[in-house]
Amino acid sequence: MTGPLYEVFVRAKRGLNHVHVGSLHAADDAMALRNARDVYTRRNEGVSIWVVRADAITASSPDEKEPLFDPAGDKVYRHPTFYEVGDVPHL
Amino acid sequence: MSPTSNVDHGPYDGLDATDPAHWAFGTGFADPLDGIDPHVPDGVDRVALAALCLRLGDEALLLSHRLSEWCSRAPDLETDVALANVALDLLGQARLLLARAAVVEPGVVPELPAGSPVPAEDALAFFRDPPAWTGSRTAALANGDFGHTVVRLFLASTVRLVVLQRLTGHPDPVLAAVAAKGVKELTYHRDWSGRWVVTLARGTRESRRRTTAALGQLAPAWAELLDRDPAVRDDVEAVLDQLLDASDLERPDEGGELPDDLPDLLAEMQSVARAHPQGRW
Repeated sequence: MTGPLYEVFVRAKRGLNHVHVGSLHAADDAMALRNARDVYTRRNEGVSIWVVRADAITASSPDEKEPLFDPAGDKVYRHPTFYEVGDVPHL
Repeated sequence: MSPTSNVDHGPYDGLDATDPAHWAFGTGFADPLDGIDPHVPDGVDRVALAALCLRLGDEALLLSHRLSEWCSRAPDLETDVALANVALDLLGQARLLLARAAVVEPGVVPELPAGSPVPAEDALAFFRDPPAWTGSRTAALANGDFGHTVVRLFLASTVRLVVLQRLTGHPDPVLAAVAAKGVKELTYHRDWSGRWVVTLARGTRESRRRTTAALGQLAPAWAELLDRDPAVRDDVEAVLDQLLDASDLERPDEGGELPDDLPDLLAEMQSVARAHPQGRW
């Protein structure tokens, strides 16, 4: 009776964005949210939860790694490394 | 931020900003009422208040113990953790309530040999014989299948939620605070168990058969819980009707009697503490 697989994202109290923390099984969306609360936020980790069915996620394939990501490897001019960054919070 | 902070050490990295207090529950077992003013307001009947705390504490502890028996045996990991969470919520309520009963009326605590290291809440939990317990038979009832467990939890949570809601205005500020804390917990317990009842009732033919059977077996439990707290009857009947409606289930006859499983429960729950009366935990 495990049901479909869901991916779980949690936002911490002072966190800015939801972070993927793991996955779980549930009978439906509402139970997935409750299971996520029970499994992933029992030690005050979060104040907000997203769950999404794993089969609703379109993921890049490891086979595409080179054409997708390698071209970004030598574009040094895309990095703000040539000047001082001030003391900006959350950077 | 330093460049190394981009290194991914695990799924919880991004949650590091959480308040450090989130680990800070300590590792000891201090008095749950430590730091709380023990004063009982004038005009509050101490004997009645202690009896009320004991009754609510016993109920929570017994049901907590039954739920904890599911540990490692639930249908799946998610459900296992959920049941353990509910059990721990109830255990927390039990500790506060038993400790409060002992403060308000020390006479309720069983006498232990001089020099015993056992705190009052433990003396109440582990050194009281069955006749002194004031929980329901429903709470002590041995576990059946998962359907039986979620139906029992729904019935017990539905009644306890309304009872605690009414106690948030109690003249004893400690009991009122425990009730307010419990209301949030019970709201979740009722929601979680109710969803499972609906899911099982509307699931497969087998899950529906088991849910219907559990509801029939637990009909006397519903009657018992309402007999113990007749004042909440109207409120909780409405909730049960809503669940039955959502589950497309009939209300069972309230006949029958519940077995008294309290002695067996206590025999197991109390055995370690009684075998080591000088133990420190």
